[in-house]
Amino acid sequence: MLLMALLVAIPLAGALLAWLLPSNNGRPLILPVVACLHITLVFGLCIASPPPSADGWFNLDAIGKVFLLEIAALFTACAFYAVNYLQYRKERNNRILCMGMQVCLAAMSMAMITHHLGLLWLAIETTTLCMAPLVYFNRNARSIEATWKYMLICSIGIALALLGIFFLAYATVVAGLEPSLVLEPLQAYARRLPPVWLHAAFVFMLVGYGTKMGLAPMHTWKPDAYGEAPGLVGAMLAGGLANCGFLGLIRVYQVCMASGDTAFYSFSLISIGMFSIAVAAIFLLRQTDFKRMLAYSSVEHMGLFAFALGIGGKALYGAMLHVLGNGLAKGVLFLAAGNIHRAFGSKNRDVACGALKRAPWSAALFLVSFFALTGSPPFLPFFSEITIFIAAFTNGRPIVGTVVVLMLMAIFVGMSLTVLPVIFGEPPKDRQRTKYHDAPLLIVPPLALLAVMALLGIWLPEPLSRIITSAAALLGVTQ
Amino acid sequence: MNSAVDQLLIIVLLINIFILGTHRPRVAIRAIATQGIILGLMPLLIHPFQIHILVITGFVVLAKGILIPWLLYGAVQRVGFHEQMQPLLGYSGNIIAGALATVLAFIFAARLPLAAMHQGLLIAPAAMATILAGFIALGSRRKAINQVLGYLLLENGIFIFGLLLTRSMPFMVEAGALLDLIAGIFVMGIIINQISREFSSIDTSRMNTLREVD
Amino acid sequence: MKVADILIHLMLVILMPPLMLGVINRTKALFAGRTGAPFLQPYYDLFRLLAKGTVFSRTTTWVFRAGPIVTLAATLAASLLIPLGNHLPPISFNGDMILFVYLLVLGRFFTTIAALDTGSSFEGMGASREVTFSCLAEPVVFIALMTLSRLSGSLSLSGILTHSSIALWRTSGAALILLAGGLFIVLLAENSRIPFDDPTTHLELTMIHEVMVLDHSGPGLSMVLYGAAVKLYVLGAFFLQVLLPFRVADPLLGWLLFIGSMFFLAGMIGVVESVMARLRLPRVPQMLLSACILSAFAMILVLR
Repeated sequence: MLLMALLVAIPLAGALLAWLLPSNNGRPLILPVVACLHITLVFGLCIASPPPSADGWFNLDAIGKVFLLEIAALFTACAFYAVNYLQYRKERNNRILCMGMQVCLAAMSMAMITHHLGLLWLAIETTTLCMAPLVYFNRNARSIEATWKYMLICSIGIALALLGIFFLAYATVVAGLEPSLVLEPLQAYARRLPPVWLHAAFVFMLVGYGTKMGLAPMHTWKPDAYGEAPGLVGAMLAGGLANCGFLGLIRVYQVCMASGDTAFYSFSLISIGMFSIAVAAIFLLRQTDFKRMLAYSSVEHMGLFAFALGIGGKALYGAMLHVLGNGLAKGVLFLAAGNIHRAFGSKNRDVACGALKRAPWSAALFLVSFFALTGSPPFLPFFSEITIFIAAFTNGRPIVGTVVVLMLMAIFVGMSLTVLPVIFGEPPKDRQRTKYHDAPLLIVPPLALLAVMALLGIWLPEPLSRIITSAAALLGVTQ
Repeated sequence: MNSAVDQLLIIVLLINIFILGTHRPRVAIRAIATQGIILGLMPLLIHPFQIHILVITGFVVLAKGILIPWLLYGAVQRVGFHEQMQPLLGYSGNIIAGALATVLAFIFAARLPLAAMHQGLLIAPAAMATILAGFIALGSRRKAINQVLGYLLLENGIFIFGLLLTRSMPFMVEAGALLDLIAGIFVMGIIINQISREFSSIDTSRMNTLREVD
Repeated sequence: MKVADILIHLMLVILMPPLMLGVINRTKALFAGRTGAPFLQPYYDLFRLLAKGTVFSRTTTWVFRAGPIVTLAATLAASLLIPLGNHLPPISFNGDMILFVYLLVLGRFFTTIAALDTGSSFEGMGASREVTFSCLAEPVVFIALMTLSRLSGSLSLSGILTHSSIALWRTSGAALILLAGGLFIVLLAENSRIPFDDPTTHLELTMIHEVMVLDHSGPGLSMVLYGAAVKLYVLGAFFLQVLLPFRVADPLLGWLLFIGSMFFLAGMIGVVESVMARLRLPRVPQMLLSACILSAFAMILVLR
């Protein structure tokens, strides 16, 4: 129990330190320290498996472990990257950035270790708030617009999720049961709760947490926020916050599926998943800004998550695997994209072309992780996506499976139309060279993430495989 | 006791429509402050007296009735706000939409199964009507202040629904929800300030550089 | 229904309305720090106008001459249907509420076409404004009547209005207060009071009601003024049945309470006129829409 509390306390202590430290140069060094401590703790907890707390509020189950591993790895990479990046952007005061990232890590850890839906909601709301000033890091008119949309739409989404939680709690009151918001009692009650309240709760929480994840049609804040935020912040948003939204969705999915009336939930999840992938496919086709392209790619993968949840069965194993795969890949993509943006001073594919010549390592990373994310072997996303599709075909939904595969192919084409001009070609002669050079600390973290993805694709270590299987089992209880 | 709650909820419903139809942002902020204070007093009227309900009441009245309107006033003041609200449907359209939303809310709420002790109360329809009014106010994309007021109305509606749960919901989550509301509004207030500095008005319809077709 | 009651009813309706105008003007003068005209000034004005001659424009026809007469007749007829205080009116039957509303509409109709008959564009402008605003004000009265009818279970004005009492306020207080709010707004709108129309304005472009009666003179004008006063009295009595329903057993006390409450209403109108400014014309429909919504709410609450 103490170790779980440390998981939250260490980043908070780091944030406090970041607030107090007056030196702009010294502050970024806190981040790697906190990251190392955090990831060590996460590994220890995953091996040691602490028991749940007495009232059931805190419980590190297999699902939580998967998410924690992904978050910890991502944050470590971002933390080391931040040291050099913030040095490069010395002109800005980085206090808010350092504080925000650590508070975010603390909140995300809290979300992953709790089984109380109210606390989960609180943690996710905190992540929304603490990342808002980070989106505004560049302080120009476009960032303001992005931050405003992000803040407004995510706040509305979170408020709707709260309404969904209220509906769930009220359902227990109507059924005359002991009101509780903890996962296990709710799963036990689920069959006795009045279905109309359960449906309403699910819909509102799908919309609410779906806004946070970035499912269509609530995704409109994503392109702006991901596009205007620095690459580092984008990595945390895509790999961290979106996954937190997915975690919220998973918890309510667990409750609703335990009620036995699964058709409604599967249908809504599959529909919204397919709609998100379709929207992403349409908007990716003529995207000139490669960071916005990454945002739509995030929408697509979130749609894939929802689709997998709706299919059920083996797809749940694929979904859990994809949590790791998507998070790591997005990390690499955003960090590399940030480097390329710095190298050219622009995000437009017409201006930033020929990155292979200007920033060779970053460009190579960007290209390889693009292939990884769109599902090419031997990387992890290939295995996770193929598991999901095989499950779709074997679980009796061949048509939707085919449609989704076709859409993913369209997305691959669309993305490559943006990525390939950025990587290959000649750098524009008329633009001034920026001061950017591929420094070790800017390259090694994303390279490490990429290596992990490749490794896990080829060989999934036994403990990790066990964790993922038990996570999928937790999800598929009534299937 | 119950009819007192019902009458207060009617005032809340009227304030919704008033906010939708008013021209001046300061009046709207005052109206939402009044609504917040009324909502804050309601837990005391519904549930039998307990210390933690008193604390919730104090918290809510302070936050919704004083702190948040003060923050909004400050943000609006710094903008030098002499403009009008300019809702998307026009003032009359907004009022009609608000009235229709209230009627719809009453119809839907009649179909929801409520717990025995809550039958016949106006809480469920009032909550839905306020949430719908919040969405109507949010629909206006022209002024940032409209959108913040819409968000506040949405939160008020959710709070009204939460009144059905005051005895069962853990105190921590109520307080946490309130804290996040304050923090959220604080951040929004800062952003409005920055918007005004950047665009010298808080007309969010002018923030249209980030679009797909360009 | 005793003969004495009918006589007192007729006397009050015929003699008291100009006194109400006097009270309103005196209240406004008090707020403005002036002494103001005497209470009986409107009577002096009416008699003065009766003694004068009339000038008729050459573009007018019999419609113009008939306008003030029909309006006054209709309003006086409507006054026979309304219960004053606790006492039943001289005429009452099932469905007389519709006759009541439409008698007032008849009066407004003739004022309007008399204004159009002059062929002047100013009066046409006033006529169109008046008709537009009354389109929005009428539903309020109808919804209020439906709500009160539902509450009392009667279809006659006497039954509907005398049902409301202090006890009813305790049970359906919310609905009644909403109704009272809506009816007060309609009272001000129908009688061309601030905040809808300034009765003392001399700027034609801002007038609504005043401009329609610009061309009348002499006895015709006195009938117009008197008719407006009776309309205010009648609608005020209607409103007071909802707002201040005093039900006492003793008839004499009942009459005295009624007269007192009418003076109170006149004072209230005077206060509202002194405290508020006149609304901009585009805001008037929004205000009337709010009155519609208030009464619609009251109806929803009663029907639940």
